[in-house]
Amino acid sequence: MHLRTYHELTEPDRSGLPEQIAAQRRRVAHRMASVGRVLVVLSGKGGVGKSFVTAGLARALAGAGRTTGVLDADFNGPTAPRLLRLPVASCTVRDDLIEPAVSPEGVRCFSMGLLLEDGNPLAFRGPQAEGHVWRGTLEASALREFLADVAWGELDDLLVDLPPGVQRFHELTDLLPTPPAVLAVTIPTPESHDAVRRAMRGAVERGAQLLGVVENMVGGGGAFSGTAGEDLSAEFGTPVLARISWHPAPSAWVELAGRL
Amino acid sequence: MKFLCVECDRQMEFEERQLPGDGTLAAAFKCPACGRVVAMLTNPMETQLVASLGVKIGGRTLEEQPMETVRSMVATGREDAFAEQDGERGAGSGPIWSGEAQDRLSRVPSFVRGMVKRIYADYAKERGIAEITPAMMDAARSELGLEGM
Repeated sequence: MHLRTYHELTEPDRSGLPEQIAAQRRRVAHRMASVGRVLVVLSGKGGVGKSFVTAGLARALAGAGRTTGVLDADFNGPTAPRLLRLPVASCTVRDDLIEPAVSPEGVRCFSMGLLLEDGNPLAFRGPQAEGHVWRGTLEASALREFLADVAWGELDDLLVDLPPGVQRFHELTDLLPTPPAVLAVTIPTPESHDAVRRAMRGAVERGAQLLGVVENMVGGGGAFSGTAGEDLSAEFGTPVLARISWHPAPSAWVELAGRL
Repeated sequence: MKFLCVECDRQMEFEERQLPGDGTLAAAFKCPACGRVVAMLTNPMETQLVASLGVKIGGRTLEEQPMETVRSMVATGREDAFAEQDGERGAGSGPIWSGEAQDRLSRVPSFVRGMVKRIYADYAKERGIAEITPAMMDAARSELGLEGM
């Protein structure tokens, strides 16, 4: 029996699943066309302060007169609403878009934290027994919708606060028309160096431009000691843009914003 | 995924989609040459995987709603997470809702209710239907693949 293969079937297909996927990508590209720069805050390691750096940087960029957005891509541990002091209000659905929340400094933000019941984890409808099969796909779709369906408007910078690991970075890079710029966040320790190094390597392999390294939680009586920032800078040929202390002054964020 | 009628060597065409309401999906495909019909039946996990991509087997007949996948899939959403502001696609001078249809709509979780209302209104407008009834909602639900709505 000779069976034609999938690619040999060329008759019109009413489902048009590839076309539906392509239309989703076009919608993302259309929305991002009015964004000057997508800047990913990445680490690969949890607990280094990515969201803290994202919020401080976003406020400083907005303070410098740049129109700034924050997409909180940490769906399971969203912190942007609290860090950016977003108002607790419903998200307005207007025609085909959803309005972002706006911080007192004018930072536009969208986060799963705006949508979830207080204190409850992100849970999806569906057969939980096989949740591992579809959950990642669903979170990638949520990322696509956060990019495409939020009324970001004209932005100079859209900061994307990633969760630990590199999976969300790859999903983001798959969705965007061009690879994003990357700001790597580490703490000084050798353990953080190892994890962030892997994430930075993964980003470079996907064609992302490394803007530099932010070393966070520096000083404080040597709670975290090491030379992770310098080592990553030397290995990847990218600058250490800031060393952020445990209780940074607002000027620390202004200086970081000025270097980007 | 495509279906081939081996006897005719023709690609089978999508005919109809049904959602029994238990998380499974049935989609019928017909050979354009001999008329043979086969059904693809997916289990809840397979149905969910397709839905997670934000695509519709059989194609889309209505424009995608903003954040459609998030709104239809998140189970722990805040009741007042979204506030619908009627614009060009909103209710306006659109179809009226029968009492029974309004009752049924009120049982939809509020996190997704606004979107569901817009989908049914868009469906009715596109087909020139003046009144939304439970029967129309059933037809739309099956035709558009609105699992759990």
